[in-house]
Amino acid sequence: MAQLLVLLLGTPTAYLVATRRFVGRSLVVTLVEVPLVLPPAVAGSGLLVAFGRIGVLGSTFGALGIDIAFNQAAVVLAVAFVAGPLYVRQAIASFEAVDPSLVAASRTLGAGPVRTFFRVALPLAGGGLAAGGALSLARGLGEFGATIMFAGSLQGVTQTLPLAIYAEFDRDFDVAVTISALFVIITAAILLSLKLTSLWPTSQRSSRFLFARST
Amino acid sequence: MADLAAQFTLPLRSFDLELALQVEGTVALVGPSGAGKSSVLHAIAGLARPASGRIAVGYEVWFDSARRIFLQPDERSVGLVFQEYALFPHMSVRANIAYGSRTSPDEQLERFGIAHLAGARPGELSGGERQRVALARALARKPRVLLLDEPLSALDTHTKTTIRAELHELLAGLEMPVLLVTHDFEDAAALAGHVSVIVDGRLRQSGTPGELVAAPADAFVASFTGANLLHGRAEPSADDPGRVRLDDGSTVRTAEPAHGEVVLAVYPWDVTVAVTPPDGSAQNVVHAPIRSITALGNRARVTMGPVSAEITSESLDRLGLTTGQVVFASFKATATRLVSESPGP
Repeated sequence: MAQLLVLLLGTPTAYLVATRRFVGRSLVVTLVEVPLVLPPAVAGSGLLVAFGRIGVLGSTFGALGIDIAFNQAAVVLAVAFVAGPLYVRQAIASFEAVDPSLVAASRTLGAGPVRTFFRVALPLAGGGLAAGGALSLARGLGEFGATIMFAGSLQGVTQTLPLAIYAEFDRDFDVAVTISALFVIITAAILLSLKLTSLWPTSQRSSRFLFARST
Repeated sequence: MADLAAQFTLPLRSFDLELALQVEGTVALVGPSGAGKSSVLHAIAGLARPASGRIAVGYEVWFDSARRIFLQPDERSVGLVFQEYALFPHMSVRANIAYGSRTSPDEQLERFGIAHLAGARPGELSGGERQRVALARALARKPRVLLLDEPLSALDTHTKTTIRAELHELLAGLEMPVLLVTHDFEDAAALAGHVSVIVDGRLRQSGTPGELVAAPADAFVASFTGANLLHGRAEPSADDPGRVRLDDGSTVRTAEPAHGEVVLAVYPWDVTVAVTPPDGSAQNVVHAPIRSITALGNRARVTMGPVSAEITSESLDRLGLTTGQVVFASFKATATRLVSESPGP
């Protein structure tokens, strides 16, 4: 869920930041990077102040009957807040690496900005976006500090894997170790698939080459 | 076929681009690198927004600052061939051509003789093939104007001559205004019937290639079109009105009356090279060792003292010229053109 939120909001943001020059651009970049350097506990209390029941935005949401803190929405928000910047940073770099003359060529060939984004910018930045996405997913799975402060550790509701490890650590060490092992497998699988996707475009290119040669 | 009329001001980093162009048939915009040539094409294609002015093709207005009209690049019927061709690396040749085309790309692949490359990726093509794909892609949209940014600069000298001839043939058959930019006067003269010289964002001179060579507006245009520039001071006397003392101390004669500091332009093909002193009193003679010999296809450029001569490879062999050999370079007084110092650099 958090990953979906990151990808859907992060990709267009990164594209705009990468391709436009506007006033306050560096401010936006800095704001994106702040959660990266914040201690998770600070991020958690910040979110609590903003979205908590008596928080700045939280009271507004509360009036609308939406309660964010200490439920699953809070987990999503905390994870996205901490892991999102990893993706957005990588995505900005990937979009900036796309040759601007290719984007310009697409426009002169009659494609509007949206078609240009989906047909040219997105496929060319794809490798970098996948790498950033996997990295932020791995970071998001391991998110601990902000989640426990903002969402709590309610079993079956807001307890994420790392929170479960922490809880079991006090109760039953064996269970904690089992969950940890599970965790190692999941993150290893993510990193492995990341390596495979970075290999994939090259293998596709070389197969195309063989095809072109034989005809 | 509707003409392209562009007149605009576009502020660039170090100077303002300010020019008026009427493009009918093929027009070449030539100038040194950094003169703002590519920016002219970007403004016409809608990739850059001029501060003021008007750009129109026939009755179709693409930009008009007074009426606050600015069409986006995708709303302009324009074909732009980029300097490095800007082919989409993740698409096949066929998909590249189909990208902007409403019809099937097969006809276009056939027309440019690249049907056998349809499935290839741009990364696998040679420079000449890439150029053909880029042209086919730009023309697949059936644009009303074709813009070419340095169409020959990405090619090696070996393939350049062939591609230039092909391109010339293609452009001659197109029923649309074509504006091409290049830093090479020879390419411009070979491809376009009309040449405009641009320096620091402003047009210096426009005309047919022949007109520019016959009467260069200033020293810059003269040297750009390939002339030798001789700097000196006019020393007219009653019996010798065209006498000019050059900066190196030698004297030459010009057919035009000259005063004060002058610049004389002499084209290399008006200079002859001999190993013995030439006869005839109206000749200007430079007696100097050969500094360099450069082969240019079936011709050769021989540089001695302040002048370069262009002679056929045949004469080069017949005279047996070698670097360091002292020779006589001569040109008629009527072959010198008095040009003014360039304003600015």
